[in-house]
Amino acid sequence: MFAYYLSLALRSFRRNKVLTALMVLAIALGIGATMTTLTVFHVLSGDPIPQKSARLFYVQLDPQTREGYQPGEEPEWQLTRYDAEELLRQKRAPRQALMTGGGGIVEPRDTGLKPFSVGARYASADFFPMFDTPFLHGSGWTTAEDVSHARVAVISRALNEKLFGESSGVGREVRFDGNALHVVGVLDTWNPQPLFYDLRGYDRQEDVFIPFSTSRDLKLDRRGTMNCFGREIVNDQTALNVPCAWIQYWVELDSPADAPAFKAYLDNYSEQQRAAGRFERPANTRLRDVMTWLDHRGVVPGDVRLQMWLAFGFLLVCLVNTVGLLLAKFLRRSGEIGVRRALGASRAEIFRQCLVEAGAIGLAGGVLGLLLALGGLWVVRQRPADYASLAHLDGSMLLLTFALALIASLLAGVLPAWRAMQVPPALQLKSQ
Amino acid sequence: MDIKPILSALRRHRVAAALITLEIALACAVLCNAFFLINNRQELMRIVSGVDESATGVIALSGCEGCGNADFNARVLGALRAIPGLRAAGTANSTPFGPRAGYMGASLDREEQHWAGVLHFYLFDAAAIEALDLHPVQGSPFASDDFQPVENFIPTEAPVWVTRALAEHLWPGENPLGRELWSGGHFRVTGVVENFAVTSPGRSEEGVAGAQWSVIVPVRDDAQSGSYVLRADALDLPRVMQAAREAVARAVPEAVLDLQQSRELSELRERYFRSDRAMAWLLIGVIAAMLLVTALGIIGLASFWVQQRTRQIGVRRALGATRSDILRYFQTENFLLASMGIALGMGLAYGGNLLLMRHFELARLPLAYLPAGACLLWLIGQIAVLGPALRAAAIPPATATRSA
Repeated sequence: MFAYYLSLALRSFRRNKVLTALMVLAIALGIGATMTTLTVFHVLSGDPIPQKSARLFYVQLDPQTREGYQPGEEPEWQLTRYDAEELLRQKRAPRQALMTGGGGIVEPRDTGLKPFSVGARYASADFFPMFDTPFLHGSGWTTAEDVSHARVAVISRALNEKLFGESSGVGREVRFDGNALHVVGVLDTWNPQPLFYDLRGYDRQEDVFIPFSTSRDLKLDRRGTMNCFGREIVNDQTALNVPCAWIQYWVELDSPADAPAFKAYLDNYSEQQRAAGRFERPANTRLRDVMTWLDHRGVVPGDVRLQMWLAFGFLLVCLVNTVGLLLAKFLRRSGEIGVRRALGASRAEIFRQCLVEAGAIGLAGGVLGLLLALGGLWVVRQRPADYASLAHLDGSMLLLTFALALIASLLAGVLPAWRAMQVPPALQLKSQ
Repeated sequence: MDIKPILSALRRHRVAAALITLEIALACAVLCNAFFLINNRQELMRIVSGVDESATGVIALSGCEGCGNADFNARVLGALRAIPGLRAAGTANSTPFGPRAGYMGASLDREEQHWAGVLHFYLFDAAAIEALDLHPVQGSPFASDDFQPVENFIPTEAPVWVTRALAEHLWPGENPLGRELWSGGHFRVTGVVENFAVTSPGRSEEGVAGAQWSVIVPVRDDAQSGSYVLRADALDLPRVMQAAREAVARAVPEAVLDLQQSRELSELRERYFRSDRAMAWLLIGVIAAMLLVTALGIIGLASFWVQQRTRQIGVRRALGATRSDILRYFQTENFLLASMGIALGMGLAYGGNLLLMRHFELARLPLAYLPAGACLLWLIGQIAVLGPALRAAAIPPATATRSA
């Protein structure tokens, strides 16, 4: 029966080409717009490290002065250098790392290249195993090298190719801001999106990784936000014991169930610091896993969310439009439906027939909408936003396109089909 | 024209009439809010920088070995000042639409009891102030010994200029001259400039209101290095900038020129607002597509009605109705439906705005947008219904005599 309904639907499309085209176009426009914005949203709100995002936690303390304290308010989003180094020293989690962004000039020695600037990250040893960074050659540095402020570096695959070509840079030297650093590892292509461990936008490249302790020895340039909040004027903001928050601190726990215990430890640490006179506020700590942290920091740009809302509004208009057109289409065939009813078709069968027709329109609209979405994503990729290059349709979004088109058109078909099945058989025969 | 027969006809097609009304209402709601968003973006793009952008350029270096050396600035500025056509060049930590270099929280008293907000502190030497063509409209110019060396990143005691907007924000209705600010240093206001935008105007929590929250701090020409402003005649500027990029690369081969930032200010502005412009065009696209879909829906349903009523129209024509009577019937019908839709749509637009206000930092929808959206939809409705109505008017009276 389904095949028969389908052939009836196709016959009706042929008879009413313009009306059918209008409906397909309306659904396609709605689906195209919605899928374009949904894909961008999906890409931006994705899990950057799915295998362990539930076990990685971001640590916040509240080192601010007493003034203006309101219980429960959001604490500083970064740690001071003292707290970060102290937590690292106490080593209460299976893995933990402090880190901050930086940058500098790499001066190629042998090749004829001119000096160029690169983004850098100053971190402690657990950074690499904690974030499952893939290594092409060598490995990260050790905790011992953190402690000894070793002049070592891990470089990205791109930088390795630029400096050393095809050969491995491990064991060789890279000059960063005038300092010779011994390369101990080369990362394979690694580009978590968004760069969850330090949210400063998308499409940011870090090519050199250096032990944090070494970076302070060498007074390397740091980048990123810093908030100083003390009563005194701070001279050296990166010194150990100044009230400036600029360090990110991540821990890896064995399971999400360990989080409350670790949070208790942080509260306890905070209270100890208060007892020692360093902190002035009661414990006001946060421990958020990767996805909660991304959500909290509002990692999806407002524009993207706004576009998604607009697209859904647009889809709704397109759907209402389709309902109206389907209604016109079905009722125009009242005579035909009356004949089918008189020949013994039940109401349910008329209903089903109409829904098959609506579904067929939806699928056609889905195909066209997919093309529009691909075009829309191409346009998004041409845009200047830093996330633009990420906008690609993946398998799940492809399936969702057709599911959405089908569901939307079936929903749109329910009311018209309901009206169509009410057509009485006898009346229509008489009036003919 | 008597609308009673129209209403009674509509009552017999309640579902279809309700659908058109709903579609117009939804379109009206999205339309008003989209217009509002476009206007917000345009307002953002109109922010005044306070600088003649077509006559000002930036040269930025992204750091190097030995950039802090004493002769570094001298080499860069020497190379710049040798360029024919260059009017002035000096050191500046940033410019409007440049990198965020000096955002700091500030307070009005030493004890941090009165919060002033997050302000942008610009550090300029005397030549940079000349290059940016900054003049206080109130107060006095800096004296030569006001330009001090910097220990860390900002002088600990300095006279400063603020913008008029910032002065109005901090000391409403009062004379700002002689007032004090604390923020990593202690500053006394000695001048007020008309406008000077922060590096990222309109992007902070305060939105457009905080766009001019700049403080200008004088520093000595060796206090900072790596970022320079220069001035030339607008016609000359592209050539001067090109020459400047080349001259600096020659003068300090150990440094890396930041090609992203070493641009004319007008280019920096264009790039800064690019995403807003893109968003505005996208909204225009959404509006166009929505009007198109709405019009198509009206055409579809109106055609259906015309076809369904062919016989009745024939009868009316046979009984003496003119073509224009029929035409006007459908136009009036559409106008009634559109009016109902618009009435409902205004409520939806308002509700949608409340929703947007909750999730995005948006102001309340000004009421002026509602009639504008209404007029547009009335117009679209009339245009869309014209085709089917003309077809209806063309139905000959003889149709009445034929069966069905």
